[in-house]
Amino acid sequence: MSGLALQNVVKEFGSFRAVNNVDLNVPHGTFVCMLGPSGCGKTTLLRMIAGLDLPTGGAIRLDGDDITHVPTHKRNLGMVFQSLALFPHLTVGENIAYPLRIRGAAKEDQKKRVDELLSMIHLTGYADRPVAKLSGGQRQRVAIARALAISPKLFLLDEPLSALDAKLREAMQVELRQLQQKLGITTIVVTHDQREAMTMADTVVVMNGGEIRQAASPIEIYRRPADSFVADFIGQTNLLEVQADSTGRVEVLGQPIAGLALPAGASKGTLSVRPEDVHLTAPGAGALTGKVTFVRDLGGTIETFVDIAGRQIVAVSTPRARPDVTVGQEVGIALTPDVCVVLKK
Amino acid sequence: MTSIFRKAYFFLIGLFLSLPLIVVAGVSVNAKQTLAFPPQGFSLSWYGEIFFNPEWRSALFASVTLALLSAALAVAIALPLAWFLWRRIAPWANIFQLLGVAPFTLPPVITALGLLTFWATVGFYGQPWTAVVSHAIFFVTLPLVTLSLGFTSIDRSLVEAAATMGADERTIFRTIVLPLILPYIVSGYAFAFVLSLNEYIVAYMTVGFTMETLPIKIFNALRYGYTPTMASVTVLFVTTAAVIFGLVARFGDLPKLLGAMSSDGK
Amino acid sequence: MRREPPQTLGDYAPLLFPAAMLTIFFVVPFGTMIAVSFFQRQQGGFYTPAFVFDNYARFLSAFFGGVLGFSLLLAITVAICCVVLALPFTYMLTRMARKVQVVWLVALLSILSLSEVIIGFAWSTLFSRTAGITNILVALGIMSEAKALTPSFGAVLTGMVYQAFPYTVLVLFPALVRLDPTLTEAARTLGASPLKAFFTVVVPALRNTITATLIMVFIFALGSYLLPQLLGRPQHWTLSVLITDQAIYQSNMPFAAAMAVFLVLVTLGLVALTVIAGRKGEAA
Repeated sequence: MSGLALQNVVKEFGSFRAVNNVDLNVPHGTFVCMLGPSGCGKTTLLRMIAGLDLPTGGAIRLDGDDITHVPTHKRNLGMVFQSLALFPHLTVGENIAYPLRIRGAAKEDQKKRVDELLSMIHLTGYADRPVAKLSGGQRQRVAIARALAISPKLFLLDEPLSALDAKLREAMQVELRQLQQKLGITTIVVTHDQREAMTMADTVVVMNGGEIRQAASPIEIYRRPADSFVADFIGQTNLLEVQADSTGRVEVLGQPIAGLALPAGASKGTLSVRPEDVHLTAPGAGALTGKVTFVRDLGGTIETFVDIAGRQIVAVSTPRARPDVTVGQEVGIALTPDVCVVLKK
Repeated sequence: MTSIFRKAYFFLIGLFLSLPLIVVAGVSVNAKQTLAFPPQGFSLSWYGEIFFNPEWRSALFASVTLALLSAALAVAIALPLAWFLWRRIAPWANIFQLLGVAPFTLPPVITALGLLTFWATVGFYGQPWTAVVSHAIFFVTLPLVTLSLGFTSIDRSLVEAAATMGADERTIFRTIVLPLILPYIVSGYAFAFVLSLNEYIVAYMTVGFTMETLPIKIFNALRYGYTPTMASVTVLFVTTAAVIFGLVARFGDLPKLLGAMSSDGK
Repeated sequence: MRREPPQTLGDYAPLLFPAAMLTIFFVVPFGTMIAVSFFQRQQGGFYTPAFVFDNYARFLSAFFGGVLGFSLLLAITVAICCVVLALPFTYMLTRMARKVQVVWLVALLSILSLSEVIIGFAWSTLFSRTAGITNILVALGIMSEAKALTPSFGAVLTGMVYQAFPYTVLVLFPALVRLDPTLTEAARTLGASPLKAFFTVVVPALRNTITATLIMVFIFALGSYLLPQLLGRPQHWTLSVLITDQAIYQSNMPFAAAMAVFLVLVTLGLVALTVIAGRKGEAA
């Protein structure tokens, strides 16, 4: 099989299981973002793919070969570190040429490749500068160029954009994705920023507690979260307890919703409704009735907080569809089956 | 603290620290072989004496050779040890770190006496090379401390990055670790060199009866009276130390070397 | 790079040379010295292997008690003088511009590296009748006639404080650099004068550092082997001087070794105290 395959990978630090039985297939040329809260095992997983940490169980295969115990320097990788890890005693050009130099490439070939890469990252003419003299964004680009110098089989990035300010980060996300598509290289990025993951990835891998909770396309993850952790972690959502009565009708906060069904055999579940799918209506007309507790007007969007029997529900709308409500007012909330996702507990 | 108080305090401390040296510098330019201050007449001949008088010259040569070699040996002992402690988890190996710091922490007489009994027992007592080994052990603390500090300042992700780019352990050491640790090697060598140059008791107890280093020569001369050459040697030593430490400060981060990790921005 | 335990025997290779050197030339000599301290002394500077406590028994004399008492007292006095002088100095130094700091540090290092022989010579010159400080006082009309200030206890103390002062500053320096400057600023905004802020905030905050420094300077001063000899009278000799004297001039190696072992025990006890003081400081 072409691409990267993780089979039953386990990593234990003493009695702590940082990565628990992870299975994942990354077809050649795809862009994967591993997303999760800090301590979820995503960085450990990346380090095992790089060979910087060794798994305590399972196997890692690259293009069909078992590389589980191949030392890092023989894996032909390109990796960008969170700290970037640019060598402070080398110039920009020497940094980029490093992987070529230690492989014994001829001087002219090194120079040619460095020039090529510098023009790719829009830093032509920077070869002789010390890395300390570069701006954050420039350092970022140099780290990327250095990792790509040997046209690696795998391109790994550990929180690569976390040191940049918000604007630059968004621009770099687009740039990185475009670069990856141009080169067609298998890429794995670790991030805790869901926007970053949604922007760049073909496949988002959501991790928590050392396990993969869901691996799917960004839109799938958003629209069809596998469980309440994924639903809550990706974007904003309203999570509501639901239960089925004796006739199989599903009730939310005591109100029945027509057309909604729980998985076969289950009598309880959790419902996820995205705030932009919550529509405010006149009281009584909807299935649920509650009281407005707060209105947050952010200019581009308006969030309305509604209290229903002690549960808080958030509705988001655009200024054009601005609901005509004030704090303390009674409103109705209409939930239709097509916007509701029933999750396993 | 108020500015006047601070200036006065620093002036007095500065005076206390420099007064003996000023007087010695004055004495060193006396025209005749008298111990007089302010100096009577002016002559640099006592500086010439260090280089032209065969006794002083051979002591100078012995001291410089000893310092050059023992500092090199001290670095050769400290570098692999500091590298190993940084690279590996081996708690028991810290015992060697402790052994490396001990000779310098204990009163020098103890190390000196230990080495004296040792060389006498194994039968090499008085051989010049025993002084080189003795000084290297006595001063191994200095490169060990600067190198340990230096290693902690190397970002470990640099080493990992080099590995992902295809460098094996040996290549990483040669292309990344060594260039980054070099300033600390130089500082450690400089510290050991200057202190070895000045060291008296260990040198005296190991080779004191067979050869004279400059401090031994000064001490021996002091017992038989006074010669202004002692003063000129003193000035030479202070100047050498100041120049070497000045260079370390110029090309390295002296406050950081002395343990002030947060020395930026001051 | 994650630090790993050594995997193969080859991973231990770098340790080989340092470990061998330190073992052969520090641990073995140390053991030799301990062994010699139990040996029997022969007339004429030789000694024969034996296991006798005679050398330790000599500690019980009044003379030895006097030397030990004086050594400890002298070292304590030097330590206190140095810390009292160096604490405000170092504190102010750490608040100065970096360039000024570097100049002072270079000067302090240069003096610290000076041989005891040279320090002894320099102070004996400064305290001498013909070239000494009294000549300046005579020139200023404060004294009527130049005189020698050495040998004396004052001269020994001055020389040893001079020797230990740079060391004290360099021991205090890291702790004082890391001291949060907003501590004193907070005290100032609460109405404390600079001097009051120093004594009510800086000194208490550094209590453990000061204790540790006192002990370290004390050990440093215990090691002074020449200054008491060059600047003082025989009654000002310390344990270190006595060890040198016994080893070199009296050729009584077993007794010198026994005294050295004793000095090690005193020193190690104090190092242990420093570590305990440091632990407490971390816990506090």
